[in-house]
Amino acid sequence: MILSGWGRYPSLDCPVFQARHEDDVRRLVDGRVSVIARGAGRAYGDAALNADGVLSALPMNRFLAFDPVAGALTCEAGVALDDILDTFVPRGWFPMVVPGLRAATVGGALAADVHGKNHHRDGCFGDHTLWLDLLTADGGVTRCGPDRESRLFRATRGGMGLTGVILRAAIRLRRIETAVIRQETLRLADLDSGLDALEASDDWTYNVAWIDCRASGKGFGRSVLTRGEHARVEELPRALRADPLRRSPPRLGTVPCDLPPILALNAVAARLFNEAYFRASRPGEALIGLDRFFFPLDGLSAWNRLYGRAGLLQHQCVLPRASARAGLRALLNRIAATDCRPLLAVLKRMGPRRGGFLSFPIDGHSLALDFPVSPASFALCDDLDAIVADCGGRLYLAKDARMSAATMRKGYPELEQFAEARAAWDADGRFRSRQSERLGL
Amino acid sequence: MSGPPLALIVGATSDIARAVALRWAAMGWSLILAGRDMALLERDAEDLRLRHGVSVATRRIDALDTASFPAFVAGLPGLPDVVVCLVGALEDQRCAEADGAVAERLMRGNFIGPALLLGEIAHRMAARGSGVVIGVSSVAGDRGRAANYVYGSAKAGFSAFLSGLRARMSRCGLRVVTIKPGFVRTRMTEGMALPRFLTAEADEVARVIADAPTRGRDVVYAPGIWRLVMFVIRALPETLFKRLRL
Repeated sequence: MILSGWGRYPSLDCPVFQARHEDDVRRLVDGRVSVIARGAGRAYGDAALNADGVLSALPMNRFLAFDPVAGALTCEAGVALDDILDTFVPRGWFPMVVPGLRAATVGGALAADVHGKNHHRDGCFGDHTLWLDLLTADGGVTRCGPDRESRLFRATRGGMGLTGVILRAAIRLRRIETAVIRQETLRLADLDSGLDALEASDDWTYNVAWIDCRASGKGFGRSVLTRGEHARVEELPRALRADPLRRSPPRLGTVPCDLPPILALNAVAARLFNEAYFRASRPGEALIGLDRFFFPLDGLSAWNRLYGRAGLLQHQCVLPRASARAGLRALLNRIAATDCRPLLAVLKRMGPRRGGFLSFPIDGHSLALDFPVSPASFALCDDLDAIVADCGGRLYLAKDARMSAATMRKGYPELEQFAEARAAWDADGRFRSRQSERLGL
Repeated sequence: MSGPPLALIVGATSDIARAVALRWAAMGWSLILAGRDMALLERDAEDLRLRHGVSVATRRIDALDTASFPAFVAGLPGLPDVVVCLVGALEDQRCAEADGAVAERLMRGNFIGPALLLGEIAHRMAARGSGVVIGVSSVAGDRGRAANYVYGSAKAGFSAFLSGLRARMSRCGLRVVTIKPGFVRTRMTEGMALPRFLTAEADEVARVIADAPTRGRDVVYAPGIWRLVMFVIRALPETLFKRLRL
């Protein structure tokens, strides 16, 4: 079966096996040279591709237990975050950390140790995981967490599935009163004022900025900052108070097929979109549904087809706080010097919380960019990698489809510890992906 | 009827059965899951309870152990309003050609077990005067093909049984529905080369089954395209049919 990640680049012919139970996983792991687990396929690049075997965890999607006192949900790894929202938002619970795509599975969110708009406050998905059960290369199942087998846990959260197959996990949910976010929107005229505003927003639970990557001039690096808090019942208009936990996800439909090259998103479309977005973002306060706040792209199903058959490249980096300002300026300048324009450029604050050995966030600023796949975008991304490396930053493995092994080594100083832990549990490197081979892991 | 409907799902660990259970649980129905592996059933039951807050019981049943059926039915928490039988066994046809024991297992697992069990339950529903009986047969029962006739003949027997049961029970206030799925991507067909255009996902078939109690149809192909496909296949003259590699 031809598989690819969410970015649709690269694709690879992989035998896919459906894992319904732990026994299926054991049998498949045992019988193969190498294998990689796959959830909803929301990693953008080649993290869940393997020509020897891909093990789909999607059929393992049962809720196993819920403890309403601790807010602890135990579930199988193939449960989608969307499933958790459907079931638990109406009861007043919400995951501590959600990524931008709600189809992601619990196993996938752990393997990539995803972050949300609240990393500065709450850290990564793995920071709210009480334990996980990992099926390792010898066929055994080991429960690991922050307080048991913690080295294996630190290698597994953010470890991109390279230590074994995550079978189950217990995660903490937070109490919410409503399915609504109280959002405040600010327009910032240039890069420095945007960064100032973002740093001054650390008291907000959620914040994220969108940057206009337009060429140059007075508005260089202008941005729209949105900050949000879970709304309390008394903050809702009277009409909504009767049923405050009702979700109303926008459903704009599905992109039916790959857009042909002439219509697919290009630099002109990006420019128009960004101008429109900036103008449409009215400063001020608003109450919006949590789906619109957390998953704005998911309103349009299969939106990745907008980029055409060639697919899209995501380039998400994080720069340490000290070099972030100069670094971001250098990145935006580099982009401006080319014909490539990202459709979306998203800037986030990352907190100091240290996660797994390969968890992405470091204290500083993260910039996520997306480009249609083209030779020019590849060249640009290579240049951006060099700037990131010079600043002491790193790239996000869940988005990556193309970085070099050298870039990876420079960015992840704890790679050594990861490799040691992995070797202790999987000496033959049974768990491998196209990404891990590309990066020499 | 007081309280939510009670549905019994036999063969509840199959992929289609789980999808049916999720749909009925979402509608607030009470469920009884029956199958061979109690550990798996209990885990699915807990998932349904957590998701939808419905009451779910589990019961052990082996479709080959026909002698146990009366005690199984008597031991249910109540006589169900709806029963669906998704028991099915698929084994390699070539083994069944060479080994009578394999062929017998196919016939018992796909015909004798399901038919006797639904017959037993229908009999009790008839005494009450209401109920819906859903048998999941197969398009394979519409005509015996060289590649799959042992399985197909068992399903043909099951379809004929359901047809007769429907006629008998139509006077007693019972509805009997025959579901005929085509190729479905499930555990049973994993690893088989299936024609992509004609292969359905488990949940598509589950939707047809879950809707069966409220729709008035007697024989439902799932998906509907199979009604046309099987009409053509049944219409082929035997002299031609026997030469085709189907």
